Formats: sequence, C-alpha cells, structure tokens
Amino acid sequence: MNLITVSGPPSSGKTAIILKTAETFKQRGIKLGAVKFDCLHTDDDLAYEKAGIPVKKGLSGSLCPDHYFVSNIEAVVDWGLKEGFDLLVSESAGLCNRCSPYIKEIKAVCVIDNLSGINTPKKIGPMLRMADIVVITKGDIVSQAEREVFASRVHAVNPVAIIMHINGLTGQGAYELGTLLFDESKHINTLKGSKLRFSMPSALCSYCLGETRIGETYQLGNVRKIKLEEKQND
Amino acid sequence: MISQEYLLQTSPKVLIGRFPYLQTFFAGLTLKLDKLQEVSLQEIISNLEDEVAEDNSFEGVHFIKQLQEFIQQMQSFLGEESNVVDSLTILPGTDKSGNPEQFERLIFEKSTITSIVGPTGSGKSRLLADIEWVAQGDTPTGRTILINGEKPSADWRFASGKKLVAQLSQNMNFVMDLTVAEFIELHAESRMVNNIDQIVGKIIDAANDLAGEKFEPTTPITSLSGGQSRALMIADTAMLSSSPVVLIDEIENAGIDRKKALQLLIGEEKVVLMATHDPILALMAHQRIVIRNGGIHKVIKTSQEEKTMLKDLEVADQAIHQLRTRLRSGEVLYANIR
Repeated sequence: MNLITVSGPPSSGKTAIILKTAETFKQRGIKLGAVKFDCLHTDDDLAYEKAGIPVKKGLSGSLCPDHYFVSNIEAVVDWGLKEGFDLLVSESAGLCNRCSPYIKEIKAVCVIDNLSGINTPKKIGPMLRMADIVVITKGDIVSQAEREVFASRVHAVNPVAIIMHINGLTGQGAYELGTLLFDESKHINTLKGSKLRFSMPSALCSYCLGETRIGETYQLGNVRKIKLEEKQND
Repeated sequence: MISQEYLLQTSPKVLIGRFPYLQTFFAGLTLKLDKLQEVSLQEIISNLEDEVAEDNSFEGVHFIKQLQEFIQQMQSFLGEESNVVDSLTILPGTDKSGNPEQFERLIFEKSTITSIVGPTGSGKSRLLADIEWVAQGDTPTGRTILINGEKPSADWRFASGKKLVAQLSQNMNFVMDLTVAEFIELHAESRMVNNIDQIVGKIIDAANDLAGEKFEPTTPITSLSGGQSRALMIADTAMLSSSPVVLIDEIENAGIDRKKALQLLIGEEKVVLMATHDPILALMAHQRIVIRNGGIHKVIKTSQEEKTMLKDLEVADQAIHQLRTRLRSGEVLYANIR
C-alpha cells in the first residue's frame, strides 16, 4: 500500500482535488481509501462515501489537530492495510498554517488556492516548505498574471516541490497528479519508527490544560509575550 | 551545479552579489538575516537557536538543499534558449470510445490562431490538459505532444516558471488590491524582467488601445470595467507571460476590440488556441478543430469563402458596435441602421 498525506488551509480544495484524482485511480483499477482529519466538524466523509471511497474521519475536538494526527496515523495505516487498499490518502486541514503532518519518505502534497493572496506562501510554514508536490487551485477565477505571481512566490518558498495547477471543478490536471501520486513499487507495512519531517509546535501552557481566565497569574508553562515597546536599535 | 560546501562557506551578501535573483529566495524566508549578511551560512545555521529555527520553520540541511535547487533552476531558466517554442505538434490518440483520431499530425505554429469548437463536455479540457502536461502517450487519450517537432524535455512538466499554457477565460477576475501599474510591476518582478518601467508603460498603452474606455496607471485593478480588465489581462499575457501557448475561452463582445486583441497575441509570437462558437472569432482563426466524444473529430482549414464571409460579418459587427456607442452617448436610433 502507498500512503499520501495531503494538507492545506481550510477550503483550499483538498477534497475536490482528491476526489477528482480518485476518479482517475478508479479507471486505472487502483483501490483507494481515505481518512479525513479535522478539528470540530467535517462533512467531507460524506463526499468520499458518495464517490464510493471507503473513508474514516477523525475529529480532534479540543486537542491540537496535528498532534491528534500523529497519534493516530499509525492505526489508520493498519486499517488501510487490513482493507487491502493500494493507496491510502490522509487529508488534514492545516489549521494554524504552522504544522505539517508530513512524514519522511511518505509523499506529501500541499494544496493552496490562488485566492488566498500572494503573501500567503510566506506565511505558511512547513506545510508548504516541506511538501513534495504543491497543488495550486482556483486558477480559473484569477488572471493569468496573478497565477504566475502566485506560483513564483510558492517557488521561492519551496523550490524543490513540483508545482501543479489543478482545476478542482473540471478535474483538469487531476489525471496528471495521479500519475505522480501512485508508485506501484512502493509499499509501506507500518509507520512505526518513521519520523515527521518537522517538529510540531511546542504548546504547553495553562491554556492547553483548560484554563479560561485571563491574566498574568494564570499563565503557567510555555508562555511567550508580544513585543510592544519600540525597539532601540532598529 | 553549485556545491553545498560552497553555499555553506559563503555569506548571504556574497551570494546575492553573485546571484541577484536570490533576493526573492531570501525574502521568502520568515527568518530575518538582516544583521547576518556577512556571516557564512554555515555559521548562521550552527549559531541559530533551536527555538528561533523552529519558529521560522527553518531546518539547515533542508534549507541548503532548497537554496541549491533554486540556483540551479534559475540558472537554467535564465540561460536557456530552449524556452523558444516555434510550433506545437499533436500526434493522434483516441476518443472516449477508443476510436483513433482521424489526423496524422496536427501542427500549431507560433503567430497562428486555431479555434476549438464542440459542445460542452466534449473534451476541450482534456485536450488542454494534454498540452499543458505535454502528454507522451501517458494520458487517457494516448496523445503525444511535440515541441518544435521534437520530444520535449521533462522541464515543461516539472520546472516552475516554465508552463506551456497561459489561460484567459470569461470568469477570471483580478483579486489583488493594487493599482494597474503596481500590479504589472509585480508580475514583471516575478518574471525577472530588466526594464520594468518600460514594459509596464507598454502593457498599459496596449490595454488602453484594446479597451473602449481608457484607464490610468493609478486606477485600482478591482475597479476596472469588464472590458478594461479583459484588455489588461490580454495585453499582460501577450507581453509578460512566460507561456508560449495562450488558450482563450471565448472573448465577450463588450468593451474590447477582439481583432486587435488577437493581433496583439500573435504579434508577440504566441500560439493561440481559442475555444469559441462566435462566427467572427472562429473564422479569424487559420484553422479550427472539431472536438467530439473526447477526441479531435476533424481539422478544418478556414476556406477562402469563409474568409470572404468574415468581412461581411465584420461590417455587421461594426454596425452593431456603432449603435452601442450611440446608445451610450444618449442618442435616439432610427430604423435605418446604416
């Protein structure tokens, strides 16, 4: 079985891209399964079911969704192996743009859209910087110039990745993406011992533990302060 | 290729001096290297506190690899003559039912226009995707795309900044909040153009020439009219886009001189493909391809008779255009439209 991790900001078109690519996998006789990680709510599992793709969903609720992802991906892979998929796609929303659920040696796709603004590539952390393939969506509604500027900004942030423009509505480019995703010669049997490409953010303060009161006395643990005073030297 | 050792031993300042385009690369980092301009990258990496590195999602080995790759790509991008596309050739594949397409080889020369006709869902997207991906018999249609009559390099697929097809479609909009001049400047910067001011002026002049109503370099792009936006998009794509092939998805009739728009594109040596059912546009093309059931069903050269007919159509179009202008200026129209 192959494993692919797909991530990207909310509503960037991850599910649409995966579903369009899944159609081409179906034609090629590749058996696909999916798992959707989200925070509070998702209906995307219904979209997968409608397309006839076996799907599991995981909602992290009050936990950090990316930490939740790492603690569960191994079990999800076991499920995929048991189901006998050729390819398992894990989809997760990059909620704070900081994390990436990318695993070393596991193909990583980042989906971002042209509408998110040209400074967005710089704002997205390892999710974009560490991806193998960057898919840019919603190109049909912005000008050619904006598409080119956006792609060049993505390229400056991640020169190593293959950048693809895919239309999530018509599926133009999805077949081509599919050829890059599935590698027949590659098999994973377990993720035990695998490593993340980049560390998760450190978040261990009183608010992680359920504190709701505001004020210096309630802040414990890993707390950082905003710099408000004017700098002397700059 | 530049060695990683060299990169490690060199400072950002020296690197930018040698490879000026690295400014964009360093600007893409959230990590501030302002005070470290003269320190070697090796030192910067080893002296970086873990926390700062993590905050900026910076990882030394990965960073050097990306830097090396960026320089490599920019060097090939800037130094390359192979970006010139004189012609595009399609070798036949099959339609959705597996029937072979009925042509031997279909050639699109630069500075020519090919129109594409066929009902929605007939396979225009697939044809375009085949061209964009420079298909090598490895897409559902089995078509093969050649560039300048030869098997193209894989760069056309994978290198960023080297995309074969630029697209102009009806529902495209400007979404950035910039003035016209700022916007074109931004595009020119991303293309590493040398004389930015000059090209910006040229594009705005050309766009104003296409649009019915003039606009200023200081006009915000989001407040341009439909016709003005389209004119600016076409002028910008003609003069500043890196892609040698331009696909136009129907140019609406309002507020833009369509003939001039096409002339501008072919004047800039683009291969123009145009999906349209408008008789004036379709007949302006040198040839048209008919798509049916996912395949190219027929290739028709625009005949002499059609070209003569085009002249009549243009006269009629001009008459309607004049009526529109007169309505706009508040006139009353009379029965005789001539």
